[in-house]
Amino acid sequence: MVSLSPQSLPSAELAPDQLERGTSLWRDAWHRLRKNRLAVFGGFVLVALALLCLVGPIFSQSYQEQNLDLGAAAPSAAHWLGTDTLGRDLFSRILYGGRISLVVGLVATVVALTIGVSYGAIAGFFGGKTDTVMMRVVDILYALPFTIFVILLMVFFGRNIFLLFFAIGAAEWLTMARIVRGQVLSTKKMEFIEAARALGLGRARIIFRHIVPNILGPIIVYATLTIPAVMLLEAFLSFLGLGVQPPMSSWGVLIKDGAEKMEEFPWLLVFPGAIFSLTLFSLNFLGDGLRDALDVRSSKD
Amino acid sequence: MLRFILRRLLETIPVLFVIVTATFFMIRFVPGGPFTAEKAVTPEILKNLEAHYGLNQPLHRQYLAYLGSLLRGDFGPSFKYPNRTVNEIIADKLPTSLELGAWSLLVALAVGLPLGVAAAVKRNTWIDYLCSSAAMIGICVPTFVLGPLLVLAFGIHLRWFNASGWYEPIDRVLPSLVLGFFYAAYIARLTRGGMLDVLNQDFIRTARAKGASEARVIFHHALRGGLLPVVSFLGPAIAGILTGSFVIETIFQIPGLGREFVNSAFNRDYTLVLGTVILYAALVIACNLIVDIVQVLLNPRLKFE
Repeated sequence: MVSLSPQSLPSAELAPDQLERGTSLWRDAWHRLRKNRLAVFGGFVLVALALLCLVGPIFSQSYQEQNLDLGAAAPSAAHWLGTDTLGRDLFSRILYGGRISLVVGLVATVVALTIGVSYGAIAGFFGGKTDTVMMRVVDILYALPFTIFVILLMVFFGRNIFLLFFAIGAAEWLTMARIVRGQVLSTKKMEFIEAARALGLGRARIIFRHIVPNILGPIIVYATLTIPAVMLLEAFLSFLGLGVQPPMSSWGVLIKDGAEKMEEFPWLLVFPGAIFSLTLFSLNFLGDGLRDALDVRSSKD
Repeated sequence: MLRFILRRLLETIPVLFVIVTATFFMIRFVPGGPFTAEKAVTPEILKNLEAHYGLNQPLHRQYLAYLGSLLRGDFGPSFKYPNRTVNEIIADKLPTSLELGAWSLLVALAVGLPLGVAAAVKRNTWIDYLCSSAAMIGICVPTFVLGPLLVLAFGIHLRWFNASGWYEPIDRVLPSLVLGFFYAAYIARLTRGGMLDVLNQDFIRTARAKGASEARVIFHHALRGGLLPVVSFLGPAIAGILTGSFVIETIFQIPGLGREFVNSAFNRDYTLVLGTVILYAALVIACNLIVDIVQVLLNPRLKFE
């Protein structure tokens, strides 16, 4: 452990709030994250990809203009990544699809994360009857048929991209809640929580300032797993009719279509798949870096 | 522990009741019915069909009648498969899905756990990067891509396996691998994360200080706590694996139950939807109960409450 030399003690002249800020979890984490080269690289790639998808379509060719004479053509100077069976430029389709996939991945994961973490933390912390009722509700929601839920949503609200976020978020928070609850159950028995109670802190403060930061590891890991799951679930929902409709596209839909034609026109699978993988790998490096940076127990530096 | 299990089993009754009720009315609010097909039947035939299946009665009557038959263990007749009951369909297709699920689960654990443990123990070395990248590939390559790829490579070009079907023991290999790898990737990532959290804790240092061997520290002391997030994930995951996979069963032409989950909803086969939902619900509840027991056994700080 760090030896406490007189110099490392904060000087008494600092105001209390400055003191707190100086040792804040997020500031430490940011500092450590910047030193992790892989994580910085991952974050850089993600930002670059997002910018490309945001700005790129302005300069690129139309994503829906068909060229049936051309059909599915291999990559060339005119079409950098080739064209699909209707002669549409694959590069533009990937850029446009990226907008959908990145937004769906981000928004639905944030929704799932917010609901799942709060719900699981509250159930685990209070325990007893509260926990019983809350977790049985999760059991019920797990079992309700997702396909029928989606069809009902479409019937009552029509086709709508925002419904997509709602449907996916509603499905994805359940496992997060169970994981968080399991972690909270064991963390709340630790001595530092007892100490926090002895200090007279409120329950909300104990849950969100003391317990949740200590279980961020599994939360971040599962969140980075949720993003690809969400992007692929979107492909399934688009197949059901909710989600993106042709000629619009998304990475999930492009990969799904590409998989059906992988033998004749391999580039239709390879390029969307490659960009999808690049995104997920970058995300993962960033996630691992964040996990390490936020690990309150390994703060040796 | 016995009291805990008994109490949880009692709690199952209201949970199942809510699931059955919600599903029953949800599916009735979906437009269309089991007999609205592209080939429309004449109004007289439709009337007779509805009378035969009791669909002409008021909804609350149908609901009570369904609950009554459920209590006798009867899931009712299927609307889409003539002359077959839902009990028969489940009895026919569930064993296939269970078998595929069991093999896949074995693959998932046998691949995922070692990858995750190795990555955590050798954190930030090339072993970690190798194991983590392998797991990431499992996540980046969805089953609907990996399935056809393996079929092309091993079924069609190399001819080691049949491209599809479910007849000989060797037909189990490819589908189990595809489904198993998908879950292995999740298990590896969660194991790595859970292990990293535990390896930093004081009791691990204590175990090392007492002179426990590295293997004992990892497998006896660290793995118990490190598996917590994996175990939480596995509860619903196992229920999902065992009830079959729509994608895998479609790619490999496997006569399992997974396809019925999606098709019954599209066919508006009301009784089959309810039957599969009840089955899945029972499995989810059972798995989550086992998970909660295992969590207490893994973590000495917890008690059955």
